[in-house]
Amino acid sequence: MVPEFMKGFLPLVVFAGIVGALALGLTRDPRILPSELINKPFPEFELSDLHNADATLTKDVLGDRVSLVNVFGSWCMACVQEHPKLMELSGSGVNIIGINWRDSRSKGLQWLDTHGNPYARVIYDPYSRLAIDLGITGAPETFVVDRDGNIRYRHVGIVSDDVWKTRLRPAIEQIKAQS
Amino acid sequence: MRIFASLLSLLFLAAPVSAQTGPDIFPPDIEKQAREIGRGLRCVVCRSQSIEDSDADLAGDMRLLVRRRLVAGDSPEEVMEYVRDRYGDYVLLRPPVQPNTWALWAGPFLVLIMFFIFLWRRVSTRPDDRAAP
Repeated sequence: MVPEFMKGFLPLVVFAGIVGALALGLTRDPRILPSELINKPFPEFELSDLHNADATLTKDVLGDRVSLVNVFGSWCMACVQEHPKLMELSGSGVNIIGINWRDSRSKGLQWLDTHGNPYARVIYDPYSRLAIDLGITGAPETFVVDRDGNIRYRHVGIVSDDVWKTRLRPAIEQIKAQS
Repeated sequence: MRIFASLLSLLFLAAPVSAQTGPDIFPPDIEKQAREIGRGLRCVVCRSQSIEDSDADLAGDMRLLVRRRLVAGDSPEEVMEYVRDRYGDYVLLRPPVQPNTWALWAGPFLVLIMFFIFLWRRVSTRPDDRAAP
């Protein structure tokens, strides 16, 4: 089965194989889960507007333009870190829709007062109705949605300069190039 | 003293009752089905707990979702599929048997078989070793 001279090395080979497999596992970030939703339609929803409890928002809020959909909450520490970048992007004309997730209306509004509001509209989702349909596991998360309302990219974590330049902007440019 | 004791016992009665009064109470059969489903679904923010075991807010929202889908007429399989479509295989606590999990399911049995082959070779060669002076 195995050549005689190699027999002594067999345990070493098995050991090296296990080390290799585990080393590969270490290079993966366990927080990043594969998204099931890429190239699927953004889920339908009926939720209220954070700024107006009487107004119902639906998927129509996305309109027929490319949007970023950003999940945030006043309880979310990392959201504060990415916020200046979102402010800058909305200032330069990027359409950003917010999902205020698992928050109270007053705290959400106060947080936007303090840090500024980069969102064209904010969907209020206190009980994860839309969040679960988006497969969200934490905040912040940002989706790129195309003109037809399909999800094209998902970023889990902070939108930094680097993430914008290497991931989100290319995703948006690719959509724009296609249509 | 007796009045105090009976008041105290009333207090103990009150705790579980108040724990059950929430905005959403579901019929017992739905609740039973939902618990069974929930034990098979991973709480995606706490990773190693099921949504039935977890205190996380998102797990609570997912428990509610499971019950709502059942009330809406979904079968347990359809509810599982609904959550899996959104969170992926990861959300299932029991990995399904499919091509990318074959190694996971077959691995332990392969190791066991290899062990028996190893053992058998050892045992069957030993008498020869002894015969050699």
